[in-house]
Amino acid sequence: MTETAKIHPVAKAVVVLMLSLFAVVALFPFFALLLASFKPSTELLRYGLNLKLQAHLLSFKNYIYLFQEGAKYLTWYKNSLIITAVGTVLSLLFSSMVGYALAVYNFKGRNVIFILVLTVMMIPTEILMLPLYKLMVSFKMINTYWGVIVPTMVAPIAIFFFRQYALGLPKELLDAARIDGCSEFRIFFSIMVPLMKPAFGAMAILQAMGYWNSFLWPTIILRTEDMFTLPIGLSGLLTPYGNNYDILISGSLLTILPIIVLFMFFQRYFISGLTVGGVKG
Amino acid sequence: MQTVPRKRTGNGIIFSQKAAPYIFVSPFILSFLLFFLYPSISTIIMSFQEVLPGETKFIGVENYKKLLNPHFYAALRNTTIYTIWTLIILIPLPLVLAVILNSKAIPGRNFFRSAYFIPALTSTIVVGVVFRLIFGELESAPANTLLKWLGLPPQQWTMHWGTGMFLMVFLASWKWLGVNILYFLSGLQNIPKELYESAEMDGAGAFRKFFYITLPLLKPVVIYVLTISIFGGFRMYEESFVFWQNQSPGDIGLTLVGYIYQEGFMNNDMGFGSAVGIVLLIIVFVINIIQLKVTGAFRKEG
Repeated sequence: MTETAKIHPVAKAVVVLMLSLFAVVALFPFFALLLASFKPSTELLRYGLNLKLQAHLLSFKNYIYLFQEGAKYLTWYKNSLIITAVGTVLSLLFSSMVGYALAVYNFKGRNVIFILVLTVMMIPTEILMLPLYKLMVSFKMINTYWGVIVPTMVAPIAIFFFRQYALGLPKELLDAARIDGCSEFRIFFSIMVPLMKPAFGAMAILQAMGYWNSFLWPTIILRTEDMFTLPIGLSGLLTPYGNNYDILISGSLLTILPIIVLFMFFQRYFISGLTVGGVKG
Repeated sequence: MQTVPRKRTGNGIIFSQKAAPYIFVSPFILSFLLFFLYPSISTIIMSFQEVLPGETKFIGVENYKKLLNPHFYAALRNTTIYTIWTLIILIPLPLVLAVILNSKAIPGRNFFRSAYFIPALTSTIVVGVVFRLIFGELESAPANTLLKWLGLPPQQWTMHWGTGMFLMVFLASWKWLGVNILYFLSGLQNIPKELYESAEMDGAGAFRKFFYITLPLLKPVVIYVLTISIFGGFRMYEESFVFWQNQSPGDIGLTLVGYIYQEGFMNNDMGFGSAVGIVLLIIVFVINIIQLKVTGAFRKEG
C-alpha cells in the first residue's frame, strides 16, 4: 500500500466530514436525551423538545424527583439487575458446557445435536411465544423472575460461540488430566473454564446486554408493576398525555448508562464477541 | 495443577468418559424439548384449533382462512417492506464505511467505530423515548427543525404510512449500522494484504481492488450479515412498539410479530395467533432453504 494509500487531502477531508456527520447522527439521540433530562417535564409535554439551550429552564429537578418519588423506578432497576445477573450466569454455565462438549467429545448424536443448535439459532423464538406462555402458565412461572429466565437460559448463539472457541483448546491437557485421574467435570471446571476466560468475557457482556434490553418476553411474563423490568416500566410511562415525563426522561438516561460504562471497560471483548460468528461460514 | 490425583474407580458415572458428554449437553436437550420442540408442535396444533379458556376444539383450516384479511396483509406488507429497506441500507452502507475505517490513512477511526457502535448497546424501547421527542409533531421538534432548514414542510411522523416506515427503518439503521460495520471489519482483516500489494503492482486502482478482491473475499461475511438482517427484519416488533404501542393508525406500524401478540394476547385468540406464527415460520424456513441452497454456508460445519 504505497502510492494509493496517499489519499488526496481534499478527498480525505470529504471522507472525514462524512464520517463525522454519521457520528453526529449516531450520538445525537443521546445528546437530545441528556438535554431533555434537564428540562421541566411540563415544558416537554406542552412544547416538545427543541434544541434551544434555554439555560433558565435547565435543572436537576427530574433527577431529584426520580429518586424521591420514583420508588417504582428503583424497583424496576432492581428487577432488571436480578434478571440480568441470574440469567447471564446460568446461560453462561449451560451454554459453555454444551459448546465445550460439542467441541471436544466424539460421541454418538453429536452432529444431530449441533444441527439442532443451528436450527434453534435460525428460528425467531417470537413465533413460539403463545405456546411458551401457556407452558409457563402450567409451570406457575407467570410474574416471576424464573419465567423470564428459564426459557432463554440455554442460548444457542452462546453455545455456537463456545464451541468455536473450545475447538481451539489443546486436547493434550485433557489426556494429561485424565491420566492424573481427574473426572470429566473436574477437567471442565478447573482446567477448561479458566482457559476459556476470554470467551466467557465476551459472552457475559452479550448475554447481559440481551437480558438488560429484552422487552417482548418479559412483557408477556411480568404482570404487576412491582415485577416490571426497566424497559417495560418505562414503556408503560410512554403515553401521550402522561404526567410522568420527569421519570421517563431521566430514568431512560440512567437505564442506558450502565451499558455504556460496561462497553467502555470491555470494548475489546464486546468486539470479539460480536465478530466471531461473522467470520465463519 | 492443584487437582489431587485420584484413582479412577471405574464404575462411577461421574468418571465415565462415555456418559460425560451426554450430561454436558443435557441442558440443551432439555431446553430444546421443552422450549422449542414442544412449543413448535403445540403451535402447529393450535393453529388448527379454536383455543378458548378451559376448552379447545379443532376447526380445521378456519384460522388460515381468516388470515385473508386486511390486517394480516398490512402486517405482511409492512414487515416485508421494512426488511427490504433494512437490507438496502444496512448492507452497502456499513460495507463502504468498513472499507473506509479499515484504512490507516483515516484519522480518528477508533473513535468513529465506537461512536457508530454505541447505539447497538441501548434498548430500543428506552431510546424510543427520545426518538419520539426528536420526531415529535410540533414544528419546533428537532426533526422538523431540520426539515425547515432544508426548506421542507414539517411532518406528522407517526400519522402516515411513508413517514411511519421511515421511522422504523431509521431507528433500525441507527441501531445496527455499527454492528454490521464490525462484522465487515473483521472480515476485511482476514483478507491477506499481499493480494492488494500484487494487485497494485499490476496497476489496479482502488475501485478495481474493491470489486475484484475485497468484495469476492468478503462474500461469506456478506451472506452472514444478509441472513441475520433478514431474520432481524421478520422478527421486528420493538421498532414499531416504541412509536405506536400496539395500535397504529390504519395499521401503518403493524408487524407480523405484533399481529401474533395482538391476536394471541390482546384478543385472546391463540389459535389464530398460532396460524400467523406458522406463516412466519414458513417464510423464515423458505428463506433458510434458499440461503442454504445458494450458499451452502453451513455445509462445512458439523
